[in-house]
Amino acid sequence: MAAIYSLFIINKSGGLIFYKDYGSAGRMDTNDSLRLASLWHSMHAISQQLSPTTGCSGIELLQADTFDLHCFQSLTGTKIFVVCEPSTLHMEGLLKVIYELYTDYVLKNPFYEMEMPIRCELFDVNLSQAIQKDRVPLLGR
Amino acid sequence: MIGAGKIKQYANVLDKPLSRGRQEVSLSAFAFLFSELVQYNQTRVDNIAELERRLEDAGYAVGARVLELLCHREKGNRRETRLLGILSFVHSTVWKVLFGKVADSLEKGTEHEDEYMISEKELLVNRFISIPKDMGTFNCGAFVAGIVKVRMGYDLAVFHWLFVTSISSNWPKLNKLLFLEKGVLDGAGFPAVVTAHFVPVEGQHRPRTTILIKFAEEVLQREARLG
Repeated sequence: MAAIYSLFIINKSGGLIFYKDYGSAGRMDTNDSLRLASLWHSMHAISQQLSPTTGCSGIELLQADTFDLHCFQSLTGTKIFVVCEPSTLHMEGLLKVIYELYTDYVLKNPFYEMEMPIRCELFDVNLSQAIQKDRVPLLGR
Repeated sequence: MIGAGKIKQYANVLDKPLSRGRQEVSLSAFAFLFSELVQYNQTRVDNIAELERRLEDAGYAVGARVLELLCHREKGNRRETRLLGILSFVHSTVWKVLFGKVADSLEKGTEHEDEYMISEKELLVNRFISIPKDMGTFNCGAFVAGIVKVRMGYDLAVFHWLFVTSISSNWPKLNKLLFLEKGVLDGAGFPAVVTAHFVPVEGQHRPRTTILIKFAEEVLQREARLG
């Protein structure tokens, strides 16, 4: 069983609006997470320019020795990416489920300001259920 | 000429039969519309009590229309005169038409004679809403409370063409509920103070929502006279 290390959601300008770590392996302090988010945003944009073929929509998967990074970009430019153990399956499906939760419990919430950090209780609750339902064990907990 | 059905043209719009309307509407569409309604009001008020009152007023308007519509459709133009009658009407018929199911429970308050409560595990309008901590006890169910209040008010003569303009015929089910509560009670002749509260339930993460109905003195006196 593979595991998720951390989950990031960044808005269309590259600012981090949601960060959750699962276990000590993915933990990093606030400044580092903000830096990583904007770094990823820039890399994602640059990869679209670098691509030799036209119609490239950015990096979807980054594979390294010790982790995989799956990224999903919505039509509005909001990016959801998850850092997980190498060769974890079904991450694309999970990203789509998280996007659906985002549209439901964040965007339909009248008290949420667009592009601001997400502070919605219902989103957190449903997110934990979704992660657990995929039977992805949380490292270190 | 092969008998092609000819649609009867009504000279007077009042003679047109009332349509049943579309029974269902997209939940997402309503959720976004309601969210926008809350945000719109939030920018125009100074405090939370004012926001609740505005939501209640919005519900009031819908409640008045739903009362007319349901009296005609469901009850054959008869009007409720007894307290329990109007309460069960709100609890089952109104809720069914607005939310697609009857309310979870109807209870009589134990401390006061004039209090009744309609509870719901989770109001449809609150399904996607997370209240921020600094808003305290604010509940968007004030919209539903507004709907109930109209229900308890005075009955008006029914004009069929009102339906065409009413929200309920265009947005069946979802929109009605909230606004309707207060509007229904006022429209039916039972003035009351209606509010929406969160009631924490142990064993459940989300609190239950209760619509508290406190009837005016005259209602109880009238009820006692009727025996």
